[in-house]
Amino acid sequence: MIRVFFAEWRKLRRPSLFIGTMAAIVGSSALVTSLLFLLLDSARGNAREGQVINRASLELPHGLSIGFSSSAGLLGLVALCIFASQTAQEYTHGTLRNLLVRQPRRLTLLLGKFMSMCLFALISVILSAIVSISLAFALSGKAKVVTTAWSTADARIGVLHTFVNVLLSVIAFGTIGMILGLLLRSPISAISIGVAWLLVVENIIAATVKHSGSWMPGQLINTVAAGGDITATYSHALLVLSAYLAVGVLVASVLFRRRDVSN
Amino acid sequence: MASVATSELAISVSDLSKRYGQRVAVSHANFDVPMGTVCGFVGPNGSGKTTTMRMLLGLIGPSGGSGTVLGQPISDPAKYLDRVGAMIEGPAFYPALSGAENLRVLATLGGHPQEQVQGLLDRVGLGDRGKSKYKTYSLGMKQRLGIAAALLPNPQLLILDEPTNGLDPAGIQEIRDLLRSLANEGTTVFVSSHLLAEIEMISDSLVMLREGEVIFAGRTHDLLLQQQPMILAKSGDPMDLPRLLQIAKAAGHEGSIIDGVAHILGPREWAPTLNQLAFESGIVLAQLSPVLPTLEETFFEMTGAGE
Repeated sequence: MIRVFFAEWRKLRRPSLFIGTMAAIVGSSALVTSLLFLLLDSARGNAREGQVINRASLELPHGLSIGFSSSAGLLGLVALCIFASQTAQEYTHGTLRNLLVRQPRRLTLLLGKFMSMCLFALISVILSAIVSISLAFALSGKAKVVTTAWSTADARIGVLHTFVNVLLSVIAFGTIGMILGLLLRSPISAISIGVAWLLVVENIIAATVKHSGSWMPGQLINTVAAGGDITATYSHALLVLSAYLAVGVLVASVLFRRRDVSN
Repeated sequence: MASVATSELAISVSDLSKRYGQRVAVSHANFDVPMGTVCGFVGPNGSGKTTTMRMLLGLIGPSGGSGTVLGQPISDPAKYLDRVGAMIEGPAFYPALSGAENLRVLATLGGHPQEQVQGLLDRVGLGDRGKSKYKTYSLGMKQRLGIAAALLPNPQLLILDEPTNGLDPAGIQEIRDLLRSLANEGTTVFVSSHLLAEIEMISDSLVMLREGEVIFAGRTHDLLLQQQPMILAKSGDPMDLPRLLQIAKAAGHEGSIIDGVAHILGPREWAPTLNQLAFESGIVLAQLSPVLPTLEETFFEMTGAGE
């Protein structure tokens, strides 16, 4: 599997993909954190969907990582696109047949690719954390946010928890992308269906059907990233999401293992 | 084909079949490819060549029958694919990566030394274009890269599907020489091509498919010897040719006129008799050539592809 991991990494590290994606991660993380602090006193809100995160919340120990956790959705979308395109392009380019001739154990191939993309996701989350936390310190003075609590052990534990939760959510988004890529075998279809469902359809259903948010994968991923929220508890979100992903991975893996490679 | 021990066979298939719903792509194929030979794999479009190659590589599962590659069952491709190089249905690489980087991806995946990448690029004539992105390559260059990728594992068996597509005549000659030299080094080459003259030149044996069925499997030379020899005759006056055919027919030899030349079925030894019969009828022949049918003519006759 280690050979598959490094072969996939050769593709992921190409400058146009790696630098381009990481630049997008840095830009979006910086934007989210900047808006959080610079629009602190704005009546239109300073967080996702017009929510207001006030100065008192930001001055708590976990206030340090609010900007970072708010970036999780964008990081997740990037991961979904990367995982889906890296998987489905093997079909559209016809390169899957080359890969399977060199590594005929299909599940090994799949797992190696997944692990390599998880490393890509890990780097993006680390980068986002560095940018968000650095900017939080940099903008705290301008936003008149007292940062005494950010230097405590609680703050450091909060950052660690947020990091783990954001990473889990990003990998969950990526896994959905990979499943869609395997099922649909087309990057465009996989990405468009994934994004449309997670960003549009789920939000419409969540807004119109009471308690539906606690059963929809995209909403649950956001809950995991936030460490639990009004939609669902953290443990419920983690459990249901894991069940969804396990079923999805199982179906996609069985199909990948058995399906003829005829393109 | 003469029977040989399984260990001496690079490929052996028995009743190999592939069905897609009601459509039969390959039907009960039986053939062997001896080690160290070049075996041509020919048939009209849609006759099942690529499907058969995909089954040999474990990319698609057979609906029936069995087979071995390098002595291992095709149901377990992991046991032999590390000794097999392949290019199926044209080259397929990542457009945004360079030719060399594409090879490195496959070398990493297969556990092959990275150092051989440049040597392989040199061998297929891409030594100075390895750093160029694949998407900038011409069709011929893509084809060469596909062959280089197939050579990565230093294979005992090379399976190539139309390797000369998109190559110019000089490129075709290079690939022909490359395949021959690989065979001389002990590599078994199983190659499909539409260029039958090329196949005739390089192949020791031949597998011919028609509508999913093997209609010939054996030595190329034996196939050509099985065909009816022919005498090509040309007269100074084209009006004489129908009369010449009548003379031949009266002597028991069928024939036809193609492009101003009488094609009369008959062995080389009968040519002087034909010449004498023509002379006695007042026909002066300008050309009289006994020939064996080419592989292309044989192919058309056996597959009906020209109809």
